Amino acid sequence: MLQDKDRIFTNLYGQNDWKLAGARARGDWDNTAAILARGPDAIINEMKASGLRGRGGAGFPTGVKWSFMPKKNDGRPHYLVINGDESEPGTCKDREILRHDPHKLVESALIASFAMGAHTAYIYIRGEFYNEARHLQIAIDEAYAAGLIGKNACGSGWDFDFYIHRGAGAYICGEETALLESLEGKKGQPRMKPPFPAAMGLYGCPTTVNNVESIAVAATILRRGAAWFAGLGRPNNAGSKLMAISGHVNTPCVFEEELGVPMKEIIEKHGGGVRGGWDNLLAVIPGGCSVPMLPRSVCDTVLMDYDSLRAEGSGLGTGCMIVMDKSTDIIAAIARFSKFFKHESCGQCTPCREGTGWMMRIMERMVEGRAEIEEIDMLEQVTRQVEGHTICALGDAAAWPIQGLIRRFRPVMEERIRAYKVAHGTNRSVQVPAGMVEAAE
Amino acid sequence: MSVQSDAPQGVEPTHFAFDEESERQIAAILAKYPPERKASGTLPLLYVVQDQMGRTTGSAWVPRVAMDVVAARLEVAPIRVYEVATFYFMFNTKPIGRYHLQVCTTTSCWLRGSDDVTAACKAATGISNFGETSKDGLFTLTEVECLGACANAPVLQVDNDYYEDLDGPRTHELIEALRRGERPPAGSTTGRMDSAPAGGRKVLVDDAAPKPQGQG
Repeated sequence: MLQDKDRIFTNLYGQNDWKLAGARARGDWDNTAAILARGPDAIINEMKASGLRGRGGAGFPTGVKWSFMPKKNDGRPHYLVINGDESEPGTCKDREILRHDPHKLVESALIASFAMGAHTAYIYIRGEFYNEARHLQIAIDEAYAAGLIGKNACGSGWDFDFYIHRGAGAYICGEETALLESLEGKKGQPRMKPPFPAAMGLYGCPTTVNNVESIAVAATILRRGAAWFAGLGRPNNAGSKLMAISGHVNTPCVFEEELGVPMKEIIEKHGGGVRGGWDNLLAVIPGGCSVPMLPRSVCDTVLMDYDSLRAEGSGLGTGCMIVMDKSTDIIAAIARFSKFFKHESCGQCTPCREGTGWMMRIMERMVEGRAEIEEIDMLEQVTRQVEGHTICALGDAAAWPIQGLIRRFRPVMEERIRAYKVAHGTNRSVQVPAGMVEAAE
Repeated sequence: MSVQSDAPQGVEPTHFAFDEESERQIAAILAKYPPERKASGTLPLLYVVQDQMGRTTGSAWVPRVAMDVVAARLEVAPIRVYEVATFYFMFNTKPIGRYHLQVCTTTSCWLRGSDDVTAACKAATGISNFGETSKDGLFTLTEVECLGACANAPVLQVDNDYYEDLDGPRTHELIEALRRGERPPAGSTTGRMDSAPAGGRKVLVDDAAPKPQGQG
């Protein structure tokens, strides 16, 4: 488990001053010019060597992403865009960076922008994070006033501007191209890729979009060295990561932990254990609602990192766990996600716009049991018709929790349907006319 | 004009103009974007409108006539502003109460009792359904999706502030305080330190004198 001396976010709970003086005391802005003096290539190589993978959910190596930016400037400006649209249900980690360690983000944004030839960085913060954006704005103003950013940032000769752009309540803007659309003042509807943002991003210019945490750790990695960071965690799953536990644990919280630690140990230590004890555990959604849930049998042994969770048919996602004990109506819990995705579909692709509605309505009936056993397969069919048939991953994300439910808890769904029939004294079809299931396939 | 306003008949104002405070904000906003990319100011300017309406009328919403003013200022077609204002959930396209109660009911909050928070909001305000405004015009109740404060669930956002770790009785007290014109401090309602575990930090405990990190 991670020791305090290896923590990057040392003011995670806001227990100390989050402003410039406090940040300097924690080591931020300590001779940043020397890091910049290493030059863009050395910085990018160090980030690659650290093994840092994107902290927003997809897990793409951050240094490699940075290296996709054109080396030669063709006259178009380069942009760094930081994704602070933290909206994935269960996820509440970037919020702590924004409000309690904002200078780590500002300093790292300068370094990252310099490495990618960008003189301007925008951060897109979800609209609800009003107070968090206010903290960051104060940090930005302090950094400008101290000459740390702006013209000749830190005396490095590099000019750097950093701006906040607030979203307005649309989950889809966490998708990088939807975010760019929104930043350009449009509806947040994802773009087709290619072209990728590194070729044509914000305003048609080369752009890299990174999660808040992926950027914020950069300054510390470059100070302490890639070898230090790579020495934490497991091979291909390097470093420490902000995680959170919500739901049925004794002490929900946000914390930084090493990758590759057993999930059970994390829940016991940070979460204070499952409410009613480990044996009362039903399931865990390990990284935000877009990754499939894991039943207790898997949670007994699985490690919290990208590859271990992937091997179990789930994923690390944002690293923010939702824990559910045996009192949970698991069908209702997943039905709530279906409602979420229905609400948040941007409406651009037909399979997602219509499919999320279908999934939500069938799931609502599944909660009651007002359905036929065969409809479980039909529901699975619907998820398969949405998955992989949309421009962005929201369609997939809407499909996976339901697939996870059917895979892991099918008997519960069947029992609910039987109980409904018994309660209503009927063996007759309650919803779907004969022949309908075949027709849907 | 073929564009329909969401506001009830007779409520839509006939005129909107930015006041001095808003003009100051707009100048700062437009300086962030390249001059030829003024459209980027669409979301921020809609916020400016909403804030000004809240400041001057007590109801923070965006009338259609104000969308036209935003479009003119940003030199874009009015439809570009209408579609943005209606796409994003946080822009109120009809009048709301003085306090906007936004209950998160997504799974993390639901697991920890958001149903109780919702029930307390309804009981304390007399509102029976989401989307409605109380008869006294003080409160509008909205169901919102995940607010991103899941370790402090359940959460109620009042205007810009998060109230966390709620239960039914504390929600009731909060609303009564608002009714009296008070603004209780935002954050955890149990006295917990932000997102640290209840009962005290388990990491970063020896943190009175923070150690400088790094080699330098």
